[in-house]
Amino acid sequence: MLHIVNKSPFEKNSLASCLRLSAEESTILLIEDAVYAALVNTSVSESVHRAMDEKRIVALEPDLAARGFDANHLINGVELVDYDGFVTLTVDNPKIQSWL
Amino acid sequence: MINSQLSTHHMKFAVLVNEGPYTHQASDSAYHFAKAVLRQGHEVLRVFFYHDGVNNSTRLTTPPQDDRNITQRWTDLASDHNIDLAVCVAAAQRRGIVDSAEARRNEKDTDNIAEGFRIAGLGQLIDMAVKADRLVTFGD
Amino acid sequence: MSKKRIVCLNRRAPHGTNYPQEGFEVALIGAAFDQDVAIAFVDDGVFQLKSEQNPRNLGLKNFTRSFGALADYEICEVYVEIESLTERGLVEDDLMTLIWEDEDDGDIEKPLLRFVGQDEMSQIISEADVVLNF
Repeated sequence: MLHIVNKSPFEKNSLASCLRLSAEESTILLIEDAVYAALVNTSVSESVHRAMDEKRIVALEPDLAARGFDANHLINGVELVDYDGFVTLTVDNPKIQSWL
Repeated sequence: MINSQLSTHHMKFAVLVNEGPYTHQASDSAYHFAKAVLRQGHEVLRVFFYHDGVNNSTRLTTPPQDDRNITQRWTDLASDHNIDLAVCVAAAQRRGIVDSAEARRNEKDTDNIAEGFRIAGLGQLIDMAVKADRLVTFGD
Repeated sequence: MSKKRIVCLNRRAPHGTNYPQEGFEVALIGAAFDQDVAIAFVDDGVFQLKSEQNPRNLGLKNFTRSFGALADYEICEVYVEIESLTERGLVEDDLMTLIWEDEDDGDIEKPLLRFVGQDEMSQIISEADVVLNF
């Protein structure tokens, strides 16, 4: 299952709920303000890093770039995709949930 | 599971937009996603606008010249790729989005729905959720 | 129209925004279109089920009263996450009492709200064909 999160983890609990309620082997795509969750040295970096033991975490590169960050600022193991990669994730996962 | 037999080469996508333009990034994200879906040769079965998402459909939108015209962008996408842009009637009426028929029926002096959009029942959201291979939601 | 399992996942409190009310309408329409609809309340969504809500002095419609009609739409699967309740200091008795009559079981009245833990909620989400978030 593909889980899409679009909220900053410093403002809303969407990512925490997603990590809590998504099954193992899920893919979590961070878009819009959720890309801040992919950054190193934050108060949530550790929990995101830990989640990668059983889940795949991907961030949307154009949203990251729009906010002044790039691959060098990412937690080790977080993947980047562009919009074409976003579509590929939705093709690969029949079930998709947006944690609005 | 439904639709598991379908080829992954050509898929039908449904897109749900729950936020209006210019405040939240949702409508931009949905647009860029829909463009990428089409670029990869898939089909966008319908874009459904719900909640404040209905505000994407007013033809009175007039952004400054150096900004994107979000409504026009949807209109162009619909005409270039024959995409159904459906606007929930109940959500639209609450927020003052009407087509000519609704304007007449409610005795309003004008309609304001942009070209390419149509007023539709909420059932069209369920319909696309059932018919599409993938439903992707953008919102707040 | 074929049939899909649609889970309407409610994670927002009522009244502060209109998402829960319009989300509820989607659940009803889904059921009216003969889909397999379940509703789940997680995070602040559990506040929607608080009994004795009275937003009318504010001129707001108390849509949560319509939860009583869910069974009439044949929506008989309503799940509430226990962890979300506990985190918010709520217990079952704080919530509205909703019932449905089980046709397959001699029309016995049964409680509509099913209280489930996080693991079961996770499974309910995983097993949906479509998850709609409000």
